[in-house]
Amino acid sequence: MTYQLETAAHPETLRRVAIDPVSRVEGHGKVTILLDDQNKVHQVRLHIVEFRGFEKFIQGRPYWEVPVMVQRLCGICPVSHHLAASKALDVIVGAKKLTATAEKMRRLMHYGQMLQSHALHFFHLCSPDLLFGFDSDVTKRNIVGVAMAHPETAKRGVLLRRFGQEVIRVTAGKRVHGTGAIPGGVNKALTIAERDELLKDIYHIVQWSRDAVQLIQKVHTQDPGLYNSFGIFRSNFMSIVGNNGDLDFYHGTLRARDDNGKIIFDHVDYQQYNQYIEEEVRPWSYMKFPYFKSIGKEHGWYKVGPLARVQNCCQISTPFAEHERKEFVDYAGGSPMHAPLAYHWTRMIEMLHAAEVIKELLHDDDLLGSDLVVQGKRQSEGVGVIEAPRGTLFHHYRVDENDLVTMANLIVSTTNNNQAMNEAIRHVARRYLHGHEVTEGLLNHIEVAIRAFDPCLSCATHALGKMPLEVELVDPEGRIVHSLSRS
Amino acid sequence: MSHTFTLDGKVVPFVDGQTIIQAASAAGVFIPHLCYHPEFKPHGSCKLCTVKVNGRHTASCTMRAAPGMVVESETEEINAERRALTQMLFVEGNHFCPSCEKSGNCQLQATAYHLGMMSAHYDHFFPNRAVDASHPDFLLDFNRCILCSLCVRASRDVDGKNVFALSGRGIKTHLIVNAKSGQLADTDFTLDDKAAQVCPVGVILKKRQGFAVPIGERKYDKAPISETAESTEGR
Repeated sequence: MTYQLETAAHPETLRRVAIDPVSRVEGHGKVTILLDDQNKVHQVRLHIVEFRGFEKFIQGRPYWEVPVMVQRLCGICPVSHHLAASKALDVIVGAKKLTATAEKMRRLMHYGQMLQSHALHFFHLCSPDLLFGFDSDVTKRNIVGVAMAHPETAKRGVLLRRFGQEVIRVTAGKRVHGTGAIPGGVNKALTIAERDELLKDIYHIVQWSRDAVQLIQKVHTQDPGLYNSFGIFRSNFMSIVGNNGDLDFYHGTLRARDDNGKIIFDHVDYQQYNQYIEEEVRPWSYMKFPYFKSIGKEHGWYKVGPLARVQNCCQISTPFAEHERKEFVDYAGGSPMHAPLAYHWTRMIEMLHAAEVIKELLHDDDLLGSDLVVQGKRQSEGVGVIEAPRGTLFHHYRVDENDLVTMANLIVSTTNNNQAMNEAIRHVARRYLHGHEVTEGLLNHIEVAIRAFDPCLSCATHALGKMPLEVELVDPEGRIVHSLSRS
Repeated sequence: MSHTFTLDGKVVPFVDGQTIIQAASAAGVFIPHLCYHPEFKPHGSCKLCTVKVNGRHTASCTMRAAPGMVVESETEEINAERRALTQMLFVEGNHFCPSCEKSGNCQLQATAYHLGMMSAHYDHFFPNRAVDASHPDFLLDFNRCILCSLCVRASRDVDGKNVFALSGRGIKTHLIVNAKSGQLADTDFTLDDKAAQVCPVGVILKKRQGFAVPIGERKYDKAPISETAESTEGR
């Protein structure tokens, strides 16, 4: 766990290759690679080049506006921000326990989102790499190419996503950027007509999700040499887990393990997250670098998301997904799997679990209830944590006596994976690019490693006022003439 | 005594003393407006209700109807002018509909939809305006003020309190609170004030309501502004 290849000793003597923008990911990022005359790799960085600044501009706004405002961070999984903010504000309004209808409506919304986001990522963004090969014909390595060669797979991908979007629409009012969750509960329950409409499709959605797990399992196990080693690095991992250590995307306590699977901390109330996690800023990226305080910057970074969650939980509550989890754990051989490409396999296990949970919820009459909101003793500070499609998402707010937000801190899922993604692309650069002539196919290997994490780069950029900026003036020969830094 | 005029070719009856917009509303014909409210004396400032009377532009909220008038309202020319006025209102303030709790219940937003406004067209001013959250029950978000003066008129004419006023001139005109501190908490503004009910946009907001009404149940989710109460009885 070192920062090898993060910073070259003499960048002015090296040739720079950039992948800008990284394609088939959410948001805008770039990768820069510094090579010498023999194409040996000296520096590899994933840069987040856009800046959002939500933490700053929600300050001074009324707290009840926040769940709707912050979801504009993202168009792919806005529900995560909507719900994480709502959970933090539940604490602020003193809603210690939501009504059954409210919690189940939120769960339904969230699991619908997990389904649609995972389907989008697997079928639309990654299946071209997985089905055609990382350096296959670039003109066909896209969703249109998949639709031509594997029409049934592409169609299922589209319809799985559509179903998830429909779940969000009936719970939040709109497919994207709705208003369903409010501090202390929800603003609507499900109608019988809405429930029945979803029930028409859920059974084949579950079956298609099972088939998707089989597809990625087959792809993975057919080429273990590639899939078990591509971009591999060892790291700690973290997620929330539910009661009894169950996989739970909506609520639970924090659990972290080291690279051997040994517990670092467990049963941690996420209201105290900042006693366990610290964020570091570096001058070359708008994205922060979180790490476990108890271990320190160098070795305390970690990964989150499906690969972390499926291996961090003790079991999955739904039968088909639990069966697939056991298959995955058996394949890994009793110790944690760290291969980035295994993210795809675990992501499909999670999609299956989401489909099964939606099916269970649709048979629960609590969703049709009318008791929607609770309130209690007003608090001035609250933390909300949720397992978003891409990993653990933290929202932390302070609110003054006039109901205005005075402080916001967001640790977004992708931010948690920042160091992990950088490590993966450095490994790929060493293995595939080092000493070779750079080609589009080889550069796509870098992107394949990034895509495995399903990063949402637009969500992950909030280091306003904290960036230790460095500005360099470089002459036409690449020599640094002058530099300024703010630390 | 009852007379008639024509509005876009339709014969509209009126009685002596009625303005064009009052007669149109009574006849079920919608004329876009923002500062007009049937319960208050016309202000004639937003100009959204502009129509052409016998070929000349005039505000329909201040022009009294007269027998035989030929009034044009729903024409491409007039709606283009109304659209431009609406766009100017959007860029002069900070109207961020995606996170505004008034969205779906906002007369400015509904009017923009009615007029087919697809973008703000002009450069945004992005004014720096404060939020007044001092009152325990109400929030004032001045970012969204369109200077319709309905709160000023309601507080002065109905509540008898003079809580609000317009200050400054021309482009510098802005809404203020009549208190030494300038804070709403230092006035006698209360929940049952008429001024608390009349804001057509998201300036005067009851605290902690937020997004309690789901999408689909908001006023303009159910029907466009031209088919809601505004077209017949006013707000």
